[in-house]
Amino acid sequence: MAVKVIIPTPLRQYAGKQESVHVQAGTVGEALSALTGQFEELKRHLFADDGRLRSFVNVYVNDEDIRYLQKDQTRVKEGDTISIVPSIAGGAQN
Amino acid sequence: MATKIGIPAGPAAGKPAVSLSKEEVMRYSRHLIMPEVGMAGQLKLKQAKVLCIGTGGLGAPLGLYLAAAGVGRIGLVDFDVVDSTNLQRQVLFGTSDVGRPKIEAAADRLRNLNPDIQIDTFETHLSSENALDILKDYDIVVDGTDNFPTRYLVNDACVLLGKPNVYGSIFRFEGQITIFGYPDGPCYRCLYPEAPPPGLVPSCAEGGVLGVLPGIVGTIQAAETLKLIIGKGDPLVGRLLLFDALGMKFRELKLRKNPECPVCGNHPTVTKLIDYAEFCGIRGEEAPMTATNIPEITPRELKARLDRGDDLYILDVREAHEYQICHIHGNLIPLGELSRRAHELDSSREIVAHCRSGKRSAEAVQFLQKAGFRKIWNLKGGILAWSDEVDPSVPKY
Repeated sequence: MAVKVIIPTPLRQYAGKQESVHVQAGTVGEALSALTGQFEELKRHLFADDGRLRSFVNVYVNDEDIRYLQKDQTRVKEGDTISIVPSIAGGAQN
Repeated sequence: MATKIGIPAGPAAGKPAVSLSKEEVMRYSRHLIMPEVGMAGQLKLKQAKVLCIGTGGLGAPLGLYLAAAGVGRIGLVDFDVVDSTNLQRQVLFGTSDVGRPKIEAAADRLRNLNPDIQIDTFETHLSSENALDILKDYDIVVDGTDNFPTRYLVNDACVLLGKPNVYGSIFRFEGQITIFGYPDGPCYRCLYPEAPPPGLVPSCAEGGVLGVLPGIVGTIQAAETLKLIIGKGDPLVGRLLLFDALGMKFRELKLRKNPECPVCGNHPTVTKLIDYAEFCGIRGEEAPMTATNIPEITPRELKARLDRGDDLYILDVREAHEYQICHIHGNLIPLGELSRRAHELDSSREIVAHCRSGKRSAEAVQFLQKAGFRKIWNLKGGILAWSDEVDPSVPKY
């Protein structure tokens, strides 16, 4: 299935400055693998060392949070949009 | 859906009847002639108490529109001082305010806009020690802050006190807005159980921000606050509004309450405020951005070596638009392109990597070390420190 993955602003620099990337995948997990396969540097920003999605990054299929679907096993269909939504706070230096 | 916040006006609420003066009727006439607000709505606004945390980018439009709308009591929390880099977006302030405490400048401006309302000021760091006390007298809290520990603090305090938290956040040209802390709605921790480690998500000072962006997001926060007060319209509870100023698009994602949430879930484990700096992984005053094994060179040391004629390769890992602001004749390979372009570097040469303040270049050094580069140093403090210590003609930004 061809799905669109929307890259949030803080991560665009690791995805060739693109705001969205099209990948072929049957599940969210496959889509994210395809994405990090294309853009190696995205991996450490999305995934922790144990391979799990970092907890300050949320992933949605269309408008539903995958944590309340089947997580990375969530199936995607043609034309679905996967959104990566990281925590942002603006402002101060940490 | 969820219950609406209503602020009863009149003796039934156990308070003396509130009314509008002739001047107030004139001032708010554009509200009064709309059935969605009307006299009942305007009286609710007059009796409402809203706490605005932060008077900066988000707080500016927020404070202005709440004051304009006649919110009867507005609390402002900010400990910061106005500086010139604020004026690109913090429109509560003017050039003559540079150097003043933000809270004073903000209060003056809002009182001038609307002398009939009460403005409370809290020139303080919001902390676990004072948050519950400060928040408790207000009906609604609006989060206009700029760092993760405070966001978690405000969230937890609002859940513990049962107050809605109108949340807005920004980065460059994107924003997020929602309402946390509603009785059956999610809280911030439902969305993000943990903060990013320090340094992973750039601040405005590092990433930049389109000046109008907090203007738009803060105004949306004001709109949501007014809707909660007058009890009209559909509030952004359980809805995350995403805004992209460049594409000029709004999207919406569903937010669910997490039944396992440690603060607002069915079995909460967080029943009092905690150490939020620790929660966000910041130890002591500042988390060290660089790992201890990143070799560093100071600007003065670098200058001495260059003057001696040492053959050093200066690698500038900033973006092209930053190079146009100022540079020290480095070779530009932006950090995001480094992995693809590392082959352009000669590992037999000594390389000094720099960026604006030393953080991105530290990442670059770490990356190159892993790729086998041995003669590589990070310029401590970046081009900012170079300007301070070696060449003041280099502009800082």
